[in-house]
Amino acid sequence: MTTTVLVVLPALIPVTGAVGYAVFGWRRATRWLGPAAAAALLATSIVLAAHVTREGSSATLGGLVRVDSLSAYMLIVIGAVAMLATSATPSYLDTEIRAKRATARTAARHNLLVQAFLTAMVAVVLAANLGALWVGVEATTIVTAFLVGHRRTRAAVEAAWKYVVIGSVGIAVAFLGVVLLNYASLHAGDAGLDWRALGDTAANLDPGVTRIAVALLIIGFGTKVGLAPLHAWLPDAHGQAPAPVSALMSGVLLAVAFYAILRVKVIADAALGVEFTRTLLAVLALATLVVAASLLLAQRDYKRMLAYSSMEHMGLIALGTAAGTQVAVTAVLLHILGHGLVKAVVFLGAGRVQQTTGSSLIEDVRGLVARQPLLAGCFGLGVLALVAMPPFSLFASGLGVVRAGYATGLGWATTAALVLVLVIGAALLTHTARMLLGAPREGPGTPGLVSPLPATTAVALVAGLGACAVIGIAPGPLAGLLEAAAALVGAS
Amino acid sequence: MTDISVQLLYLACGAFLLTAVLVVWRRELAAIIRLFALQGVALSGIAAVLAVHERSLEHAVLAAGICALRAVILPQVVRRALPPTGPARETRPLVNVAASLLAVAVLALLAYVVAQPLVQLSPSPVTRAIPVGLTVVLIGFFVLVTRRRAASQVIGFLLIDNGVTAVALLTTAEIPLVVELGVSLDVLLAVLVLQLLAVRMRATFGSTELDELTELRD
Repeated sequence: MTTTVLVVLPALIPVTGAVGYAVFGWRRATRWLGPAAAAALLATSIVLAAHVTREGSSATLGGLVRVDSLSAYMLIVIGAVAMLATSATPSYLDTEIRAKRATARTAARHNLLVQAFLTAMVAVVLAANLGALWVGVEATTIVTAFLVGHRRTRAAVEAAWKYVVIGSVGIAVAFLGVVLLNYASLHAGDAGLDWRALGDTAANLDPGVTRIAVALLIIGFGTKVGLAPLHAWLPDAHGQAPAPVSALMSGVLLAVAFYAILRVKVIADAALGVEFTRTLLAVLALATLVVAASLLLAQRDYKRMLAYSSMEHMGLIALGTAAGTQVAVTAVLLHILGHGLVKAVVFLGAGRVQQTTGSSLIEDVRGLVARQPLLAGCFGLGVLALVAMPPFSLFASGLGVVRAGYATGLGWATTAALVLVLVIGAALLTHTARMLLGAPREGPGTPGLVSPLPATTAVALVAGLGACAVIGIAPGPLAGLLEAAAALVGAS
Repeated sequence: MTDISVQLLYLACGAFLLTAVLVVWRRELAAIIRLFALQGVALSGIAAVLAVHERSLEHAVLAAGICALRAVILPQVVRRALPPTGPARETRPLVNVAASLLAVAVLALLAYVVAQPLVQLSPSPVTRAIPVGLTVVLIGFFVLVTRRRAASQVIGFLLIDNGVTAVALLTTAEIPLVVELGVSLDVLLAVLVLQLLAVRMRATFGSTELDELTELRD
């Protein structure tokens, strides 16, 4: 009984939040509904994770919902990043409303869509079969389309168009993969599309059909992860979406899509051996890193800069998954959480910078340290965390990925990735230094008095950085969950 | 499978493929949308033949659903995205007609090569038609990357989707009903979202030429 409630709660909480905003709109009483829902989601995820770890198995409900340690871990990632993003939302929206860029109606719609977005991501993680999982991933595209295009400017409409077209096509490719895997499964037993059963009976799957299906699934879901070659939507959508939504998209949506690849990898490795997914993922990872590095070098827009940095980290995560050992997958999962937290911090910071300077160009933001020391400090530390400075957890997990790469015969790919990561790190630091340091630009049009950083946003920024540092130094109770989750995916 | 039902199945598959080829050939958007609706009818024909063959009520319901969604509703939604004024043709196509048709032939060959393992897994008159579905998927991609109008891009996406549905039907795999419903709903919603965006695009850009989309470049 308690298990049933626990398994359904993570989906019910954001649904309740969405209904709340639909009924009551954006007013004083509902301002903190979003953060409250996110906090409840995080708390439920932690209880669920403890439950799954204690019982040592998975909690299921019918044939549709299943929670094992990997799903529980992903729920925690969703909850934690949602906490940060939604706590900064009220002050973000207040500023937008004061600047006449939003109204109470659009603010209510924003929150409604964000809660629906969270529901879709939770559904992906809870789904017990690949078909339902696919429906959840597609639903994320539909709900976020209007969040991306909310400004209705040329750039916003263009970004939303590209996002929906490329996202839908990618996901259609993934669906072809689902169909073919179902076909193979039909001739191998009665596993259907249930990923657990498919993983158990994978040895009977026809290798020829499974190979095509897995390639389509990885490339298709890879679209939503932002892996090359279907990555073109990512910088546009992240650049145009409101800051709290960019934080969610970059911090968790990409990771949730990658979760789908992890589930596919388990089936693929059992059916085809590890070499097939290893080669495919390593190629995609390197292509993604090359794209990110080449477009970061001369980047002029700081939100797009952060978007390309997300592609870099997804490339690293794909490389770690290509290595595929249990140690590698542990590093990958830790990287997902660390990247989610830090990326939320820097996107929220960037949103605040954009609101106070009125521009998203790097050259328009100069001497941020002098004008807004706290915001500049958080943004700077966040970028340092992104280039894998200790004590942030991205250092430990990045190191784990690289070591696993060398240990599994991916030497050339790992070396190439290291060089690209260094180039990307240098570009990120140079661009950020230009924003933070230097004399503030004088002259007409410069806002004289800058409003201080709202307290709730400041708390979210500091908390995100703090959490990332803490899990980098001592993962604590998270370690057990990480190990159990990695054991589900990692090859021995 | 009886001879007559095999004949009918291949007839429906042939019509399905032919409409996709004609979409590549034609340039007028109104004609393209009519062809797309016809393709929906052919697709529901495939489902209907399979329903009779397997005496399955579920397939029959599926055939009716496909007909309603892909032959009536989706073409209607795309038609609404067409500008009421202005040229309704592809005026400056990226690839000319002859080259396009040649490319389609190459894509069909590719689909037959790729589909070999799929047919060999369980050779039967039904599975031998799988390459047709894959060809339509590839043609959809081709339309998507070579057309400049917003509405033709949507048609490209829908061709891909029709092709995937055809493969799903021909592999005789029973996809769970929840998934089937979710997929149909998702496609409908995605197209509605795109239609709304096309309207906004016209409001801000004054046209739905995708060449105008040049704000976001690196």
